[in-house]
Amino acid sequence: MKHITYRELPGRSGYYGLLGALALVVLMGFGAFLFMEHHGHYVTGMNNQVVWGTPHVFAVFLIVAASGVLNMASIGSVFGKSMYKPLGRMAGLLAITLLMGGLTVLVLDLGHPDRLIVAMTHYNFKSIFAWNIFLYTGFMAIVAVYLWSMMERRMNPYSKPMGFLAFVWRLMLTTGTGSIFGFLVARQGYDAAVMAPMFIAMSFSFGLAIFLLVLRAMEGGFGWELGGMALKRYKNLLGVFIAATLYFVALMHLTNLYATEHHGVEAFILMNGGIYTFLFWVGFVLVGSLLPLGLLYHPATGGSRTWIVVASVLVLVGALALVYVIIIGGQAYPLVLFPGMEVSSSFNDGVVNSYAPSLPEVVLGVGGIALALALAMVAMRVLRFIPETMSDEAMQQYLEASKH
Amino acid sequence: MNETSEHTDLNRREFLTRSAATAGVALAPGVMLYSVAQARPADEPVSSAVRWGLLIDSNKCASGCSDCVSACERENGWGTGSTDETHSDATQKAQWIRKVEVKNTETGHAFTLPMMCQHCENPPCADVCPTGASFRRDDGIVLVDKHICIGCRYCMMACPYKARSFVHETLTDQKPYAPRGKGTVEACTLCVHRVDAGDSPACVEACTAENHNAMLFGDLNDPESPIAKTVATYATTQIRADLNLNPGVRYQGI
Ligand code: SF4
Ligand code: SF4
Repeated sequence: MKHITYRELPGRSGYYGLLGALALVVLMGFGAFLFMEHHGHYVTGMNNQVVWGTPHVFAVFLIVAASGVLNMASIGSVFGKSMYKPLGRMAGLLAITLLMGGLTVLVLDLGHPDRLIVAMTHYNFKSIFAWNIFLYTGFMAIVAVYLWSMMERRMNPYSKPMGFLAFVWRLMLTTGTGSIFGFLVARQGYDAAVMAPMFIAMSFSFGLAIFLLVLRAMEGGFGWELGGMALKRYKNLLGVFIAATLYFVALMHLTNLYATEHHGVEAFILMNGGIYTFLFWVGFVLVGSLLPLGLLYHPATGGSRTWIVVASVLVLVGALALVYVIIIGGQAYPLVLFPGMEVSSSFNDGVVNSYAPSLPEVVLGVGGIALALALAMVAMRVLRFIPETMSDEAMQQYLEASKH
Repeated sequence: MNETSEHTDLNRREFLTRSAATAGVALAPGVMLYSVAQARPADEPVSSAVRWGLLIDSNKCASGCSDCVSACERENGWGTGSTDETHSDATQKAQWIRKVEVKNTETGHAFTLPMMCQHCENPPCADVCPTGASFRRDDGIVLVDKHICIGCRYCMMACPYKARSFVHETLTDQKPYAPRGKGTVEACTLCVHRVDAGDSPACVEACTAENHNAMLFGDLNDPESPIAKTVATYATTQIRADLNLNPGVRYQGI
């Protein structure tokens, strides 16, 4: 197998069954949007203190994961690791669809989604948000060209430079996403420079976990073959990314602990923040990091496909918990107007702000995930994104061939 | 740029002579006299020669008194000043201005003050707003253009004073000069419609009418104005001065 041959997803009943199920979830998400749009946001859990709710958790999760998935392509074409090359097309595709899913959720949660055109025609160039709009659309365009360069033989020579551009762009994109929070100087929970690199580390692990699940689903559902050799590399890499995320999250909290003015919010997240403390330690640290690390590296579970799936799912559960703590926990902690003083008012000054996710918000968020997956499935059915096989023998031959 | 300001100056001079006659109708002596003199005709652009500001003396602000809040509600048609927002819960209802009670737990010293949009000179809300819906007028008043606000709420995340509210439901009962709308963000406008007409904000008027005189409105740029004189004479405080936003709302006695 000197050249990798690619194919479409087979259009069996399993395919249509899964696509139908995803479409149903997408429809439910759309219904949730119509419901919120019709009534106004009073039907959601958001209020004037916690203004970004569950849809933002899902949207940020998807956007971060989108840029992370692309790494699988970059490692292959930019860093020349042949083991990853066959998956470049799929990684590029998933990066685009995950981003679309995330952006859709973000837009549908606006107070005025009908004014999308306003957002596209009025730019305030001082706003990192406006820059993000460029980063996102640019990302989709660049990755699309990158995909084209990988899929069209004539364009092959461009795949390396395009891959490089896409890689640089994705770093900027994740930095931009992290900076949305980093720029909020008045909010004790966000005012940290390490936010941007932390988001990059997060993207690596969220993206790979999603990718592994998609690969396993193709194997289980469509009889596609993923050899143990490739799988082992990917799962080891996932372990590294989980550790890196843990490291940066720890770094952020440690740097915050150095600054006295952040002690309050740190104590809130780490010790006495109720649900946020729980989600941080149990959700992110234990379930989303330590447990999957153990599963991926323990000799008894590390080689098992089932356990690798479990570990990936846990990483994603932890990912949502972490993003929830960052976004909602950061807003739940009261703004400090008078440092060291006790304040009270009719507008929740000085008290921990309440937020409880509402059903339509969750359905909208899950709808975004379903949209990303459904779009990817449709694309994989019509175009050749999937390597014929990634069995150990095929990979062996391919690695041999690419050495010469 | 130059051309415009020259133009503005001319217009203003011309206007000042005209307005001298109307200066006598001031409602609250001192404060009002000045603002009337600065009233801006509709066809004249807002000038950066003016920086509207508010000085709030916490010593004169009575705990339990919320006359400024009720006046704002009535004037701008929110809270009890409107029959709207029946679905939103207490945390979702808009509050353009609120009374904050502050207590120093160490010394026991307590004070109270009204908190609203501080009309920052370097407003973070406008910096982060993706569409430019949040903006600062040349005279220092920070507003939201309800027609281009997409309701992203990034400004609410960025405002250090929690000055802004998001409208969570459809509204019907509004004042023509203070438009509000579902899915957009709003805040204190410093009663821009009154200021442009030469009046002072409704909260200031109410506070003065009750003889509390805790709020002083005027042009911080005019050294002769009572507010500028007070700021020059007494120690005043900007809340969260560490953020360098240079708010137009200043406080005394805190
Ligand atoms: S107080 Fe808040 S809303 Fe008002 S100008 Fe400053 S940042 Fe903007
Ligand atoms: S909610 Fe409206 S005013 Fe606020 S940042 Fe978004 S577009 Fe600008």
